[in-house]
This record gives sequence, structure tokens and C-alpha cells, in this order.
Amino acid sequence: MRKYTPKNDVQAKSYFNDRFFVAPETPKRDSNKDEIYAKDIEQLRDKFEILNDYIEVEELVIFINPEDNVNVITFLRDALDYEQLMELSAIDYIAARGGFEIFYEMLSLSKRKRLRIKTFIRQKQPIESVYSVFRMASWAEREMYDMYGVKILNHPNMKRIIMPDDWYDYPLRKTYPLTGDEAANWYEVDKIFGKEYRDVVGPEIRDCANVDRYDTERFSRLGHEVPKGVDITDGKEPDTPISYQEEGGVPIIRKLNPEDSVTIKERR
Amino acid sequence: MAQHKVNYLQDGGAPIALTTVDKLVNWGRSNSLWPLTYGLACCAIEMMATGASRYDFDRFGTIFRASPRQADVIVVAGTLTKKHAEFMRRLYDQMPDPKWVISMGSCANTGGMFNTYATVQGVDRIIPVDIYLPGCAPRPETLQYALMMLQKKIRRESVFRSIKKKRLV
Repeated sequence: MRKYTPKNDVQAKSYFNDRFFVAPETPKRDSNKDEIYAKDIEQLRDKFEILNDYIEVEELVIFINPEDNVNVITFLRDALDYEQLMELSAIDYIAARGGFEIFYEMLSLSKRKRLRIKTFIRQKQPIESVYSVFRMASWAEREMYDMYGVKILNHPNMKRIIMPDDWYDYPLRKTYPLTGDEAANWYEVDKIFGKEYRDVVGPEIRDCANVDRYDTERFSRLGHEVPKGVDITDGKEPDTPISYQEEGGVPIIRKLNPEDSVTIKERR
Repeated sequence: MAQHKVNYLQDGGAPIALTTVDKLVNWGRSNSLWPLTYGLACCAIEMMATGASRYDFDRFGTIFRASPRQADVIVVAGTLTKKHAEFMRRLYDQMPDPKWVISMGSCANTGGMFNTYATVQGVDRIIPVDIYLPGCAPRPETLQYALMMLQKKIRRESVFRSIKKKRLV
């Protein structure tokens, strides 16, 4: 569980910075506890090196060497009836362990079981594509490359899938800022108009509540209107006193003068 | 002299209406604004609803066109991603002058809630915008009101002034 911090004075602080929720760890059971999984893991151990295995939330998790990934997945599909590869992607552990953890989620409809294969690669170490086993891997591996920069070997169409081809850096890495680096901030301006046009467009305004009271092009000044585009910086702001319409001679209505008014002490 | 001769100077006036060229041309332009079918996100659903029979954009002479060559106004309806920005600019450049832009919804105006690396923070970084329509998503009535505001703006314009190129470059 995350550490409890008293939140009595949260309103007084400018911002509240207990940011990241750390999920409580789920209990891990021994993989012999389930008889179907026990048979599977026994057959896998005969053929491949299994670094670690356990059952977590009713799902078998096995850790393998990255070189074995295609063979293990082929074996699981052909011999152990895990017919579907549901999802594959990476987890960024660059800061903690210097690389990525790749996971493959598999499903067996006949056994009604799920299995997760995990493997760890160093940051620049390439991994073999499993496209030859499951066609689904084509897009999933492109996304993994696009978002994390994991290099894939022998993929039929290795290029970015979501971000544009000339995008710089990999957005889902933990070091990537949410609002983008410099290349991302100027991407559309650089691409359409060219770098020299940056000064004309100006930097992005990330504060959506931003109001510039001296900008008469884009903001109207309610109650203190000036013509559009007039320069009012450096004391050129016109004096616009607040006036009331009854002063302009509206019939019947008069402005209340406090000195002329009488306060009634008791009800007549 | 024919029996049915009408003396125009006496009976009900001559069939002549006097106006300015500005008013005539702007009357034509503002009452046949053809927008480009250009939906990017959820605002597009509202834009489609505006075009459909209940709200009926056709009342304003507004008929969606599927080609930028036939369009007068582009309604940027939705989140513009950075990947898509260049195509949006290309479509705008393909529209013939005179052309106008309605930026529909918070995302098109300022990037909205997508304060991220992949979203353009306001389409006015790419193309010049005439009407900013707030809302998330704006209701069809609001889009129609924006169109009426644009019509008002067009009716004030002068035909003979040199057309300022609406290009940033």
C-alpha cells in the first residue's frame, strides 16, 4: 500500500503531490497448485530453461530467456494448446534494471487457461519477432517498437504504427515527458512551415485557462472593450470608468444618493 | 398603345431594386456556405446531427461537400493530432478563396483536455480561424449559431478590397 500522508492541509498547498499509486502486490502461488498448469510447466521444463514460474491471479506466469521466445510460443501453440496470442508488449524498467520486460499473453480456449510469458532484454538488445507463429504479432510488435523503441528482428514491416515516421523518441518510456520534448512541441510547425517559422507561431500555450489581458487580438475585455488589435501595453491602456445607465438620463430611474436617503426607524 | 401597359413610375414603382455589389455578393456567399465534411472526433457526431433533418443545416444553404475544391468553410470538428496536422493544412490550402474556418469544440480551440505530446494545442497554430466555438462537444444549435455569426462576419466584408491571403506563409 502507498504511504499514508495526512491530507488536512491539502487546500492550503498550491498542489498536492502524492502522485503515483503503488498497487499492492498480489499473492503468488506455486505453479504445482493447479494440475493443468503443473503438467504444462513440466513439459516446458523438459525442453526450455524456465527461470521462474508462479501462479498469479489464476494465471501461470513463466520467465524465459529472450532467445527462446519463438520456440516457446511455437511449443505452447502446437503441443500445449494455447491457440491464441492475446497481447504482447513491453514494460519500461530502464531506470531500475537497464532494460525492458517483454510479456506475451496467451489463451487456451480448450483448457480455459491463460498463460503469461515474460522475458527480460537489455535496452538495446534486439528480440526475435513472433510474427511467424502468430500474425497478430505484426501490429503489436510495431506498437512495441513505436512506443518503447524495442528492436525487433525479422519483422516483415518494421516501422512505426501510431506516431508519424519522422517522430523523435519513444513516447511511452518513463523518461518521456507527458507534454512532449522539444521536437514534439514544434513538430507540426517544423513539418508544415519550417523551423524558421517557429518565432511567428510562438510556443504552445499549455495552460488552457491562460488569459492575456494585453492581447486584444484574441481576448475581448468585457466591460473595458477596445478595438481589436489595438496596442495597450506600456500604459497605453485607455481609462474606461464604470458608468451606470441611470446617470445618462433614463426617465423615472434615479441613482440613490445616500445623503438624501432617510432611514426609517419604525414601521409607519 | 397596348392595353396592359403599366406606367412604372406611377403604379407600384419600377421593378428595380438598388443595392451595392458588396451586399449582393455577400448575400450570395453567406447564404450558400458549403462546409467540408471534416470530422476528427466526437464533435463530428454533433456536426453530423447538425446536418441531419432535425437541426437541418440546409436551412442556411449549408450543404456538406466531400471535396475541398467545392467547399467555402472548413469546420474543424474534433481533436487534431500532430500526425494529422499536415493533412489538415493541405486540405485547407486546396480550398478556393474566399474561405473561412470554424474551430469547433475545446480540442480544436486549445487542445482541450489533451494536454499531451501528440495533440496540436489549437488549430490556429496551423490555419487562421474565423470563429472559435466553445463546448465539449458543442450542441448542434451552437454550431448553427457559429455559422450565423460567420454569416454576419461575411456580410460585413468588402468584395473589392484586395483579398488578404489567408496563409501563414
